[in-house]
Amino acid sequence: MSLNIADFVSSSPLMAVTATALLLILVEASRKGRPGLSFTLSMAGLFAASVFAVVNYSDEQIVFFGMLRQGWYANFLNLVFLSAAMLTVLVSKPYLERQGAHRGEYYILILFATIGMMFMAGANDLIVVFLGIELMSLCLYVLAGFFRTKDTSNESALKYFLLGAFATGFLLYGITLIYGTAGTTNLEAISKNLPTLSSQWMFMVGVGLLLTAFAFKVAAVPFHMWAPDVYEGAPTTVTAFMSTGAKAAAFATFVLLFHQVFQFTGSKVNDLIAYIAAASMVLGNVIAIAQANIKRMLAYSSIAHAGYMLSGIAAGNSEGQTGILFYLVAYTLMNVGAFGIVGLMEKVDDQNLQLDDYTGLSQQRPFLAALMAIFMFSLAGVPPFAGFFGKYYVFLSAVKADMTWLAVVGVMTSLVSAYYYLRIVVLMYFRDGKGDVAAQPAIPALVAVTSSAILLLQFGIFPSFIVNAVQKLF
Amino acid sequence: MPDIQPYLILSATLFVIGAAGVVARRNAIIVFMSIELMLNSVNLSLVAFSAQLGDVTGQILVFFVMTVAAAEAAIGLAIVIALFRRKQTLNLDEINILKW
Amino acid sequence: MTLESVIFSVLAASAVGSALLVVTRRNPVMSALYLIVNFFCLAGLYLTLHAQFIAIIQILVYAGAIMVLFVFVIMLLNLGDERKLSDGVSWKKIVAAGFCAALLMEFVYILIYSEPSPAVMSASMATEIGTVEYIGSQLFTKFLFPFEITSLILTAAIVGAIVLAKRKLD
Repeated sequence: MSLNIADFVSSSPLMAVTATALLLILVEASRKGRPGLSFTLSMAGLFAASVFAVVNYSDEQIVFFGMLRQGWYANFLNLVFLSAAMLTVLVSKPYLERQGAHRGEYYILILFATIGMMFMAGANDLIVVFLGIELMSLCLYVLAGFFRTKDTSNESALKYFLLGAFATGFLLYGITLIYGTAGTTNLEAISKNLPTLSSQWMFMVGVGLLLTAFAFKVAAVPFHMWAPDVYEGAPTTVTAFMSTGAKAAAFATFVLLFHQVFQFTGSKVNDLIAYIAAASMVLGNVIAIAQANIKRMLAYSSIAHAGYMLSGIAAGNSEGQTGILFYLVAYTLMNVGAFGIVGLMEKVDDQNLQLDDYTGLSQQRPFLAALMAIFMFSLAGVPPFAGFFGKYYVFLSAVKADMTWLAVVGVMTSLVSAYYYLRIVVLMYFRDGKGDVAAQPAIPALVAVTSSAILLLQFGIFPSFIVNAVQKLF
Repeated sequence: MPDIQPYLILSATLFVIGAAGVVARRNAIIVFMSIELMLNSVNLSLVAFSAQLGDVTGQILVFFVMTVAAAEAAIGLAIVIALFRRKQTLNLDEINILKW
Repeated sequence: MTLESVIFSVLAASAVGSALLVVTRRNPVMSALYLIVNFFCLAGLYLTLHAQFIAIIQILVYAGAIMVLFVFVIMLLNLGDERKLSDGVSWKKIVAAGFCAALLMEFVYILIYSEPSPAVMSASMATEIGTVEYIGSQLFTKFLFPFEITSLILTAAIVGAIVLAKRKLD
């Protein structure tokens, strides 16, 4: 056994981000108090990694002694994570400067979390899944508590940490029982022995524990209770990253395990996932209506979106997989965009975070209001934005898998969700404002939200661009 | 070689005791220690399976779990210290600016 | 009863007893000390499973490093015997206890009635697997990649701990 250069070449996106993260630590150690350089370097590293991911896109390989699977699946998701990270870095710089907490460590932690996500999407072994989740989560715990002098941020970090570590216990027990019955942690080997394994009780308990842990990580009902508190208390840009990158990574592993490895299509397991999906859609959307704080409202909306994506997993067919991957792209763009604008509006000491503060925004900041309206329409699933096609594909897959009831629940709750998304649009455009909503100009953040709006429109009008990238190689 | 079933049952018992501690206790440090108890109980299962299967993967995974537990302890206790400096309490019922 | 089963019973009983004490003590220092006792019991159980290396690491890393950190933080924050941290019995806890008891019954039921895996190896082979030499040779070949990931995790944890706990930044 020996390492090849090819191993490193095909995992070059991963290597690029890792090298950048380690370089940033050295830069921080030698040039204290100059976070601007860390910002530039991290953008450069993330961009280089995305280029590598595009170049290597269809290079299917199993590398590092069967630990990592590189190929279109990993690279597609790598591009999602890297875009989430780049957009987050762009919106973070002005936000952190305004909040007086612009430090280079922030970028280091974002990069390490991104590396963890890339491990999760590319894993070919349960050990790598476990370590990837831990690397990502540990960085996110710290990022949630990054505003050390704010009580809400501290509290958010503690809650996220305790519940995250609790979920880790379940994840690990699940992995252990699967290892005990399968005799290996290699995903391919488990997939091959699946028919004999799935008749064993111990194996199925292990799968159930994994399902619990992932329901925690994607914030699906009934394991969602941490999400609103953590999303509300964490710095807004960190919330943007947690609700997109981290959720996308959890779904990447979810699809990998429950779609490609376990393949319980049509079984009780998929029925269970369908119930979780339906409960998340109903609960998330209904409670979101009652929220007055915009971060909390978006947190409940993200629980509902987890439900929409889970219905693609419950369906268990290839349309479901296409649907989830498309949905992840759309969801990442629209949620980073929405939280990016919330971050632009937010003032020091949690001012300007209520829905009422958006009243009359179109008069003072017509451009921001227009962008926010695009994100809200897309989240509500209004064509021609990408959010519409995401929902269309996952609900279609549910219908094809004879789960029409799930698609019906999805469409009904989407209609409910239109109420609270469009309420913001109404407030911005049809009410007179108080007159002091003006957010400070912030070029990088504006670039980020504008480009995510443009991409949303592009993928909404030409969905085949992503659909082909997913289907061609599967 | 001893039969591993008693080890697995012991491990499940310890796991559930740890989980009960997490759910029932309100002191953040004790909750955290209960989580450590859960991770440890899983390690016992891993070593037992490893012995039964004659495969080293389980023991190596225990090694990784210990590393992760160490990293988690460092971060978790740092969060606890940051919180305690401002609030002077670790009671989860008093840490409630955000609706729980 | 053989000597092996006597040793197992003693260690298992003290592990369960100390675990119960960890989750029921009011004083966090006591909880931490019982947790250390629990870790020593587990280390003994690892020895009965012929996993010598893991047993040593268990004591060095868990009891020696992680728990020292816990005790240190508890002392630093002076949590001693604070009354306001203690918590009484409530309906919530009774529900939690019932739920956990049901969970345990289910686990035990499944563990007892699941078929044992076929491959059972000899004691000499088990002893060989548990040695430092064998684990090391596997760790740095087949498991080199996850091993490197743990180094990233530790680096990230160092950065994170400094960000959160350093007294003065900049």
